Amino acid sequence: MVAAAERKAAPANERPGRIRVENVMKSFPQNDGSTVVALGGVDLEVEAGEFVSLIGPSGCGKSTLLRLIAGLNPADSGRLLLDGREIRGPDSERGLVFQNPLLFPWLSIRDNVAFGLRSRGIYKERQEDVDEFLKLAGLEKFALSYPHQLSGGMAQRASLARALVNRPRVLLLDEPLGALDAFTRMNMQDEIVRVWRERGTTMIMVTHDVDEALYLADRVVVMSPGPARIETVIGSGLARPRARSHPDFLHLRARILRILHFGGQVKEPSYQI
Amino acid sequence: MGKLAVWKPLGAALAAIVLELALPNSPRHPPSKYPFFLYALLLSGTIFLAAPLAGLFRPRLLDWLRVKADFHAAALLFVNILNVATNKYALAPPIFFPAPDRILGVLIFDFSYLVGECLVSSAKLLFAGFASGLLAGLATGVAVGFSKRASYWINPLIRLIGPIPPTAWIPLVLVAFPTTFQGGVFLIALSVWFPTTLMTSSGIANVENAYFEVSSTLGAKRRHQIFRVGIPAAMPFIFIGVFNGTCSSFITLMTAEMLGVKNGIGWYINWQREMLSYANVYAGLIVIALSFHLLISLFFKVRDRVLVWQKGVIKW
Repeated sequence: MVAAAERKAAPANERPGRIRVENVMKSFPQNDGSTVVALGGVDLEVEAGEFVSLIGPSGCGKSTLLRLIAGLNPADSGRLLLDGREIRGPDSERGLVFQNPLLFPWLSIRDNVAFGLRSRGIYKERQEDVDEFLKLAGLEKFALSYPHQLSGGMAQRASLARALVNRPRVLLLDEPLGALDAFTRMNMQDEIVRVWRERGTTMIMVTHDVDEALYLADRVVVMSPGPARIETVIGSGLARPRARSHPDFLHLRARILRILHFGGQVKEPSYQI
Repeated sequence: MGKLAVWKPLGAALAAIVLELALPNSPRHPPSKYPFFLYALLLSGTIFLAAPLAGLFRPRLLDWLRVKADFHAAALLFVNILNVATNKYALAPPIFFPAPDRILGVLIFDFSYLVGECLVSSAKLLFAGFASGLLAGLATGVAVGFSKRASYWINPLIRLIGPIPPTAWIPLVLVAFPTTFQGGVFLIALSVWFPTTLMTSSGIANVENAYFEVSSTLGAKRRHQIFRVGIPAAMPFIFIGVFNGTCSSFITLMTAEMLGVKNGIGWYINWQREMLSYANVYAGLIVIALSFHLLISLFFKVRDRVLVWQKGVIKW
């Protein structure tokens, strides 16, 4: 827990966007009357402006944890705090982007991006923001298009812009790139890093992809299922911009895969080809 | 044949003109004062002569005429056969199947009464009923869709009252309302209300919950979620409900006018039937067909506009 010691030594951070998860438990009732424990006492701290990836096998409670932070479900016990205030219900200070872009199909792309500002009643004062974030997402030319006219990657960029225009303190990403092809995915990873560096928003991302987790995050939180708990936290310490083929990257990648029991059997330690 | 296809309607019009002029009228049909049918044929002949010529300068008009040529020719052939069967040979009892001349005569001479009085009266009744039924249907539909309490109380009511054909209420409505107009408005409103309520509430129930979740993380409160997420997302369903309501309101309007309300186009048809003036009955039917066709076309225009985001998805 070197990373934790370092964080304690660091001076008090004034930037907003600090998340604390304290001994959070969550279980879901099943149809047969039993309950499934999704989260069994999880503790997690995310610094303001930090990028954290949650990784682990399906059903390990990553998405549940994200939904709890978003306020979409209440915790059974324990506390979730944003900047010292307890999280009660969803709010625009915690943006959420799903794997499915979930753009409102009846609104143009511009109106989709403007949705948050309109629902908070601050659209008039901040309409330039809508154009700024459309531009950030590279969608100026598609402002008046409808979602069904966009490709998967463009739709997901629009979805990101829609969440970011609220200037949330925390952006929660639930496998946002899971449905994209490999190349679009790598492009989008770079775009997310760019936005993160420009905006300094705290980001928590759930992913199944070890490369993605390592490429993006300051820390990779590896979770294990049944009931979910945090297995290991790996402070990546990799320099940015990152290279997927750097030996440090490959080293950490192998380590995470081993923790997840996907390390494979290495018979010959040297190169064979 | 391809190039000449566009002249088929002209050929059909000429054939009808030739038969109208060459064959003697049956003595069993009362002679009409003016040859309106011949005028109508001459008018359509002129149109189908002039339109393809104009099409030489407007390729899109020509394409349209070519596509529609068979239909236009068939329509002219149909009135031709109708004319020969009635006016020329009196194959069916002339009192029930009058000559096209006389139907056109009623349309022209009775125009101010048919349209100015009867149609206007029907339109007032229809719009008053439709508007109130639509508003009530949207209101109950949204309430049932979003509120468990409203659904608990209103749902059984919808299931009980909804399936009753609105016209079955006529005996009660005639005594319950001070004027037949108000009773008619109530019946038409009822026939629009049921399908609108049903499809609005089930449309809202079918909205993916994720849309509401996303909107709440974007800062939308309950009101915004109802009016900016739930209702727009349910729009395709709502339009199906309103469409069914519209069709059912036409039926209710006609029945109400024939059974109780003492004016309007439905009443006119019934009145003329009782007087055995079948030319007037047909003229009334033609006016109804054209008006309802216009209203339905208007409905589809509105739908295409509101549901533009669904382009390529809707298939009805």
